[in-house]
Amino acid sequence: MKIHEYQAKALLAQYGIAVPRGKVASTPAEAQQIASEIGGKVVIKAQVYAGGRGKAGGIQMAASQVEAKRAASQLIGTRLITHQTGPEGVPVSQVLVEEASAVARELYLSILIDGTSRLPVMMASEAGGMEIEEVARSAPGKIFKSYIDPAIGFQPFHGRKLAYGMNLDGGQVAEATRLMANLYKLFVDKDCSLAEINPLGVTADGKLLALDSKLNFDDNALYRHKDIQELQDKKQEEPLEIQAHDWGINNYVKMDGNIGCMVNGAGLAMAVNDLIQYCGGRAANFLDIGTLNNTERVVNSFKMFVADPRVKAVLVNIFGGMARVDVIAKGIVEAYQQMSIPFPVVVRLAGTNVEEGERILAESGISLIKAKDFCDGARKVVEATKGRMK
Amino acid sequence: MSILVDESTRLLVQGITGSEGSFHTQRCIEYGTRVAAGVTPGKGGSKHLGVPVFNTVAKAMAETGANASLMFVPPASAADGILEAIDAGMPLIICITEGIPVLDMVKVHRYLKGKPTRLIGPNCPGVMSPGKCKAGIMVGEIHLPGNVGVISRSGTLTYDVVSQLTSLGIGQSTCVGIGGDALPGSTFADILQLFQADQDTKAVVLIGEIGGAMEQEAAEFIRHKMTKPVVAFVAGSTAPPGKRMGHAGAIITGTAGKASEKMKVLSQAGATIAPTPAEVGLTTKKVLGNL
Repeated sequence: MKIHEYQAKALLAQYGIAVPRGKVASTPAEAQQIASEIGGKVVIKAQVYAGGRGKAGGIQMAASQVEAKRAASQLIGTRLITHQTGPEGVPVSQVLVEEASAVARELYLSILIDGTSRLPVMMASEAGGMEIEEVARSAPGKIFKSYIDPAIGFQPFHGRKLAYGMNLDGGQVAEATRLMANLYKLFVDKDCSLAEINPLGVTADGKLLALDSKLNFDDNALYRHKDIQELQDKKQEEPLEIQAHDWGINNYVKMDGNIGCMVNGAGLAMAVNDLIQYCGGRAANFLDIGTLNNTERVVNSFKMFVADPRVKAVLVNIFGGMARVDVIAKGIVEAYQQMSIPFPVVVRLAGTNVEEGERILAESGISLIKAKDFCDGARKVVEATKGRMK
Repeated sequence: MSILVDESTRLLVQGITGSEGSFHTQRCIEYGTRVAAGVTPGKGGSKHLGVPVFNTVAKAMAETGANASLMFVPPASAADGILEAIDAGMPLIICITEGIPVLDMVKVHRYLKGKPTRLIGPNCPGVMSPGKCKAGIMVGEIHLPGNVGVISRSGTLTYDVVSQLTSLGIGQSTCVGIGGDALPGSTFADILQLFQADQDTKAVVLIGEIGGAMEQEAAEFIRHKMTKPVVAFVAGSTAPPGKRMGHAGAIITGTAGKASEKMKVLSQAGATIAPTPAEVGLTTKKVLGNL
């Protein structure tokens, strides 16, 4: 799960990490008010769940409160398109108004879980202010890492290694180490999947200041962090994905094609989408229906397809293991009873209780296109979108 | 022969009295797996599905000689269940549970270091040695005893691949689901090593997916240590970057995480890449024909 920059900075501040003075505004008038409270130059930053805001015009400088109001009015209520969003962009409903900080240097600091060592790794670089992937490509020697063993937690030596790596000096090393210890505590306390401060500014008088921050959280751990769950801004997410989630379909991702897919299992769902493309079509979505003991999620998946005007045909591909094919079949029948389904549906069933599932579908009298395996299913659903098969 | 589980496996089921634990324990018993014990704290002393239930893993092992654990414990307490089994000296733990917090697994991995326990999963379908032992949630009937090892990050895609193999008359020595999480207990390279050492495995089918770098590690192993042929497919060519595709580990964050990149690296290491997920069986047949 993602949160906004202003929320991330509030969490950093709670953990004793210095951030610029600022507040979030939902209207240009509020932005002006905050700018006048801060006084002097301010930065107006669009609050969206996407990187690349600066280049996209989502971050503006304002020398006065009037300029702050103007900048805010240019951002609030618009959609920001960055290299990380689709062409439709993401909505800007709030801006962060912050004092403009003069910094001598911009550093990089982050914590994430390293898949190879299976440990949290803290990464630091003196090449801050740019994407770390780019630093990794252009100057890998400038990235320093400390792997943190959970048996001992974050220790000062982890911090010194990184602080000296970033060429900090004197008292800055101790200050940076304290900041890193605080960031690690936040990472562990809140089950972050990423805690990034970029850039981490070094001010003219040598203080460290978190100028921008990104905090992501482990979805699997949200059950124990009600406070974090409440921070989610659903308007930033893809509407179809939010709709799916509200209907109990947690593994739905919007894709750019016109074939609705309902599959059990993430790997099989990805493979089905790959195969559809191989057969000359494009999936409208990735949908892993998961394991189910009732028909509701099947019916809701069909509601999703009906609600998505792009969908021209649907492929249901179920290989029952934990998921029982008879339950899926009952769900399909219920979906046809509850709504008008205006597109052809191709069905491929296999696995646990498949005979019962086939019997339920046959007795329902619903006109479905049957597929014998998932290659056949992909081929038939692509044909169906072209109107060659009913 | 086979790897990990066989006729000598005496299975313990952690979470045996829950609904999923019950359903799948029953199916394992029907397949012929020797289910020696169950553990559900608070239900020790009772019997469930004819299997004696204990309060702790240590007691269950001491009294029944159980030598592998299959876990159906819910995500919030699953890591604790794994730690308990490691502490008891369980040689093999197969964790089916999906949704365990990553930081819980960091602790598990730390505790595993230097211990004799092997962990498979979490978020996996389990391990199957056809005709010998089913320790998981996979459909028993689609398997056929034979000489091809199967390793996969996916559950249902593996069922599909196994069906392809079986329908072509190609049996399996053991099928191992290593799971869809970012921090699996055993990696592709770990299991490839076991298949390389297993004299009854003649070839291996590897089913990867987007995210992480486990396929790259597997490629390294194949290049330097593997003498048996490997057939591979990596799912998620059409997955958009930055989106979690169901599995916690299936998210493209850099070039290494892409399906095309993984298939390229595996191919360069000597694996034969199946052109589509529907042709893994046929590709394996061709490779076996060339042996």
